[in-house]
Amino acid sequence: MENIVTQIQGVPLNHYIIFCSIIFAIGVTGVLIRRNVIIIMMSIELMLNAVNLLLAAFSAYRGDPTGQVFVFFIMALAAAEVAVGLAIIIMVYRNTKSVDIESLSKLRW
Amino acid sequence: MGAIITLCILGIVVLYLGLFKAKNALLPVTLLGLVVTVGFLVAGWNNEALPQFHGMVIFDRLALSFSILCVIVTGLVMLLSKEYFKNISTYLSEYFCLIIFSLLGALLVNSYHNFAMLFIGIEVMSVALYILVGIRKTDLASNEAALKYFLMGAFSTGFLLFGITLLYGASGTFDLTELQAYVQTSSDISPLFYGGVLLLLCGLCFKVGAAPFHFWTPDVYDGAPILITSFMSTVVKVASFVGFLRLFSTVLIPLHDFWTPVLLTIIIITLFVGNITALLQSSFKRMMAYSSISHAGYMLFAIVSIGAMSASGMLVYAAAYSLASVIAFGVLILVKRSTGSESFESFNGLAKREPMLALVLTIAMLSLAGIPLTAGFMGKFMLFNNVMGSYNITLLILAVINAAVGVYYYLHVVVNMYFRKAEEDVMEQHVPASYKIVLVGAAVLTLIIGVYPDSILGFL
Repeated sequence: MENIVTQIQGVPLNHYIIFCSIIFAIGVTGVLIRRNVIIIMMSIELMLNAVNLLLAAFSAYRGDPTGQVFVFFIMALAAAEVAVGLAIIIMVYRNTKSVDIESLSKLRW
Repeated sequence: MGAIITLCILGIVVLYLGLFKAKNALLPVTLLGLVVTVGFLVAGWNNEALPQFHGMVIFDRLALSFSILCVIVTGLVMLLSKEYFKNISTYLSEYFCLIIFSLLGALLVNSYHNFAMLFIGIEVMSVALYILVGIRKTDLASNEAALKYFLMGAFSTGFLLFGITLLYGASGTFDLTELQAYVQTSSDISPLFYGGVLLLLCGLCFKVGAAPFHFWTPDVYDGAPILITSFMSTVVKVASFVGFLRLFSTVLIPLHDFWTPVLLTIIIITLFVGNITALLQSSFKRMMAYSSISHAGYMLFAIVSIGAMSASGMLVYAAAYSLASVIAFGVLILVKRSTGSESFESFNGLAKREPMLALVLTIAMLSLAGIPLTAGFMGKFMLFNNVMGSYNITLLILAVINAAVGVYYYLHVVVNMYFRKAEEDVMEQHVPASYKIVLVGAAVLTLIIGVYPDSILGFL
C-alpha cells in the first residue's frame, strides 16, 4: 500500500488536476455536441470518472482516506442512476424507435 | 433522525401494500406515516443542534422548519393524488413509494452537514423523480421530459461533484464545520477552492432551475404529469434552496466579495428570462414553469443578502410559493379534466361554473404575484427588505420591475375566469372532497401567513 501511495505521489499533483480537468472537459463537450443518447450517457460517465480519479489523487496526496470513501459513494450512486437512465432510454426507444435526441422535440414553446 | 428512518420504513411498507393489493390502504397509511414524521421533527425542535453520526447530518432549526414544510406540502400533494393516479397508471403503490423516497432525499438535503450527505440526498431525490416524471410510459411528452430531466440531472451532478472535489483538494475535508474553519483561518485560500465554489454554484443552479441553467425546467415541468410537476416545483426546489442556503451561510460568508457579483448576474438573468418568457406563454402549465424560474430568482435574494434574517425570509417565501403552486396545479387538474386542455382559454368562465375553485385560484395567483394580505407579499417584502439592508438598490429596482411584469401574467388567468364566457361544450365536473379540503386549506393558510406572518416567523 505504501508503495502505491509513493508511486502516486511520484507524479506532481498539478498533472493530476490538469489531466482530470481535460477528461472532465471532454465529457462536458460530449454531452453538449453529441446527438446519440447512449453516447451522451457515456460522456456523463466520463465526467464522473474524472471526478473519481481526482478524488483518489487528492486523497493519496493528503494520506486521508475520506476522499477514497467518497469515490465509492459516487460509484454506487452513479450505478443506480445509470440503471434508471437506461430504463428511460429503452422506454423512449420503444415509442420512437430511435435513440437520437432530435427525435424528441415535442415540447417547444 | 427518527423522521428519516420513519420515511424509509414507510416507503417499504407502501411497496408491500401494493404487493398485497391493498390499494385502499395506501393513502391512509402514507398520510399516517407523514404525520408521524412531522411528529418526530417537532419533537426534536428544542434539542441542542449538534452534528450527528460523525458530523453527517445536523437537525438545527433551519433543517427542521424546512423539513416540516416539505412534509406538509407532500401531504397536500398526496391528498390530491387519490383520484389522479388511478386515471394515468396502474402502478399506484410505486407512485406513493417513489414520492416518499424523493421526500426522504429532500430531508437529507435539508439537514446535511457533510458533502457526502448533500450528494446522496440530491441523488435520492432526483433518481426517484426521473422515474416519476416518465411514469406515463406511452406518452411521448412524458418520455421526453423524463429523458431531458435525467440527462440534465446527471450532467449537473457532474458539476456538483467536480466542485466538491476541488473544495476537498484545497481544504482536505468534506465536513462543513472544518471547511468553515479552513475558510476563516487559512491566510491564502488555494485557487482550487475558488474554482470549486464556482462549479458547485453551477451544479446547484441547475438543480434550482436558475438561468442560464434553466433550459430543462419548462420542458420537464410541461411534460411531467401535473401532480408530479407540483411536487417537483415545490418540495424539490425548496430542498435545493436549503442546500444552497446552508452552504453559503455556514462556509462561504467570508468569501462574500468573490461570489456576490456572480450571483447577482445569475439573479438578474433569471428574473428577466423567467418573467418575460412567462408573458409569452399560452399554456397555464408552461406559464407556471417559467414563473417558477422567476421565483427561483427571488429566492436567491435570500442568499445574496445573507445574514441572520435570510433563513426566515426564505421560509416564508418558500411556504407562500409552495402553497400557491399546490393550489394552482390542483385547480389545473380539475380544469383539465373537464375541458381537456391546459391553455388559459380553458379557464374561461370558471367563476360561473365553480365559484369556489375560481376564488382559491385567485388567492393563489395574488399570492404568487405578491399582492398584500397574501403570504406571497410577506415573503417578497422580507426578502426585498433584506436586500435593502445591504444597499443593493439596483437589484431592488430590477426586482420591482419584474414583480410588476409578473402581476400581468398572473392576473391573465383571473381575468379569464371572471370576465370571459366559457365555450358551450364544458362537462360538468364534481369536485372531490379531498380536493376541496386541500385547496381551501392551502388558501386559508396563505391568507393567515399573509396577515399574521409572525405565526410562522416565531419558529425560526
